[in-house]
Amino acid sequence: MDPAALPVVQGFLYPNEAELQWSILIVLYPFLTGLVAGAFILASLARVFNVHEVRPTYRLALLSALAFLIVAPLPLQLHLGHPERAFEMYLTPHTTSAMAMFGFVYLWYLLAVLLLEIWLDYRKSIVLWAREKTGLTRRFYKLLTLGVDDIGPEALDLDDRAGRFITIVGIPSAFLLHGYVGFIFGSIKANPWWSTPLMPVVFLFSAIVSGIALVLLVYMATSALRGKAVDMACLDTIGRYLLYAFLVDFAVETLDLAHRMYEADESFKSLDFMVRTKLYFSHIVVQIVLGMFVPIAILGLVQLVKLSERARRGLYAVAAALTLIGIFAMRWNVVIGGQLFSKSFLGYTTYKLELAHREGLGPAILLMLLPFLILWVLVKLFPPWEEEDEAISPVRAGRPS
Amino acid sequence: MNGPLRHARHLIRVAALFVGLFVVFLFAKAALVPKDFGLYGHYRPSALAANTTRELSYAGRAACVDCHSDVEESRKGSKHARIGCEACHGPLARHAADPGAQAPVKPDPRAFCLGCHAQNVARPATFKQVDAEHAQGEPCSTCHGPHAPEKGPKP
Ligand code: HEC
Ligand code: HEC
Ligand code: HEC
Ligand code: HEC
Repeated sequence: MDPAALPVVQGFLYPNEAELQWSILIVLYPFLTGLVAGAFILASLARVFNVHEVRPTYRLALLSALAFLIVAPLPLQLHLGHPERAFEMYLTPHTTSAMAMFGFVYLWYLLAVLLLEIWLDYRKSIVLWAREKTGLTRRFYKLLTLGVDDIGPEALDLDDRAGRFITIVGIPSAFLLHGYVGFIFGSIKANPWWSTPLMPVVFLFSAIVSGIALVLLVYMATSALRGKAVDMACLDTIGRYLLYAFLVDFAVETLDLAHRMYEADESFKSLDFMVRTKLYFSHIVVQIVLGMFVPIAILGLVQLVKLSERARRGLYAVAAALTLIGIFAMRWNVVIGGQLFSKSFLGYTTYKLELAHREGLGPAILLMLLPFLILWVLVKLFPPWEEEDEAISPVRAGRPS
Repeated sequence: MNGPLRHARHLIRVAALFVGLFVVFLFAKAALVPKDFGLYGHYRPSALAANTTRELSYAGRAACVDCHSDVEESRKGSKHARIGCEACHGPLARHAADPGAQAPVKPDPRAFCLGCHAQNVARPATFKQVDAEHAQGEPCSTCHGPHAPEKGPKP
């Protein structure tokens, strides 16, 4: 061991506490799954809750969810090493390990919910593309039709109903996917920073917030890149739902905080000190003020004051970007914060983030860019745009269902 | 196909695809899971036997002392006397079996000692620790022989 690599510590720590075991990759993982769950919830607004205004983002939201879901397990595998062993949790399932059971939650969500829903929604387009295109692309789409090119009204009606059903199943599944991530932390009883039954709820609502913000940004960015005007009614509606989700998230997090402060158990002084010192910037400044108060204020302002479209667009973009930064900070504060203090409550360690290291900043940045690359490919293969065909998507067409 | 399912052909195919994948998975599971897995618990009992057949990396102190009795002699009465040779020299089973086969690397006398002795609050207060200034930029071996460190440098 290189003694210079020993982290800076203060006070008293138990021997296994000086070095952090869960790195920035473990911060990334709940952040990514949160985006998946949130994007899916936004898509379900269009599908199940008949919020017509958000339809232009329906397919984009699903594709974003898929792109991020594909990347979500990668940080875990990079952290653990031996990615080839991941498959073993399916072969020999360990039913009493919450972490091991995640494999099934993930698979269920990927195969039974997301892929199926996307397939059903795109089926008509896929059949049409299989007819129009030539060569290899044609064969690709042909394969995806599974050899059935029935796109008559009865078949599409079936698709629509099946899709609705899957979305309805998908909402609790999305809750499960992200609630589970909170559960992993919330159920670690030895760690007072994590151990609270509110954790799954806090994670869930922050997930919804971050996913909505992501789709909002992706929608604005793709519109700008394609030189199309954004649909302001859609943007305003997403902005409104972002505000609602934020208010619930804020309420839950405040409840958690109030509960901790009132309960003030033996860990409180130590955690309080940590929040005021080591975590001050990432927790108070970034997560709470910049990542929560400011976006809520902006989104609220848009509701109260009549602003020009240009101004609204700018404000939404700023609010959404701050939201993503804030939610990332929240994951950081949970994961890293939970390892900075000693369980003796008498000491603190520091997290040294390296750049070019298997678990360093470099891989983290790459992993954060990867979903956008995947999304780009998905968008090329399955253009989610409105004008592709008004009548293609049963949801898009707004058929009463 | 006729009847009410006439327009559900694609759905039936997806269902069949899923069933197919599941069957493939079952075959993969049957082929890949070791036969004795789960016999006594959530592990593979034959892993124990498999591990015992692996080549040993450590020879143990007794083996070293057979040839390096001088080192053992010099450690007598020192605070380091009870530390295993390979705790510092690393696994040397091949060297012990045939000294020519594996040449031991001598530990770097600057950084190496600090692995155990660097100041660290996590260490018991009774364990002797030194800060960065202690060595005054010299390798530890200038003033401490590694095998009997409190008796001054190695003669
Ligand atoms: C069979 C006798 C034998 C055994 C057993 C043995 N050694 Fe050696 N060792 C030697 C010989 C001979 C040399 C000198 C080889 C050379 O200089 O190339 C040597 C060299 C070394 C050196 C390097 C000395 C130098 O100046 O570079 C170290 C360190 C060492 N042994 C440690 C150990 C340790 C630790 C063990 C126990 C795991 C061990 N040896 C077991 C015979 C043995
Ligand atoms: C505290 C760590 C430590 C332990 C324990 C230790 N050694 Fe060493 N040993 C060293 C270091 C450091 C050197 C290199 C000294 C140098 O470069 O001058 C060394 C050098 C040697 C050498 C080379 C000859 C010499 O004396 O410089 C031999 C042989 C050797 N050790 C054998 C052993 C054997 C056998 C044991 C167990 C009985 C043992 N060592 C235990 C740290 C240790
Ligand atoms: C494997 C861990 C380890 C390594 C490596 C190690 N030591 Fe030690 N050292 C110990 C232990 C254990 C003691 C005995 C502590 C006791 O009994 O109080 C000790 C004791 C000492 C002492 C005596 C302190 C006293 O009580 O006066 C000195 C000096 C010392 N070591 C110097 C060194 C030097 C120099 C090196 C590098 C060659 C070194 N140590 C490498 C574990 C280690
Ligand atoms: C310039 C000579 C010198 C060098 C170099 C040196 N030491 Fe020492 N060390 C001493 C002397 C002299 C003592 C005994 C006096 C004392 O207790 O302060 C000592 C004592 C110790 C002790 C016992 C401390 C105690 O509290 O009793 C340890 C452990 C130790 N040294 C480790 C190291 C290590 C590790 C290094 C290399 C990083 C090192 N020394 C380098 C001179 C040196």
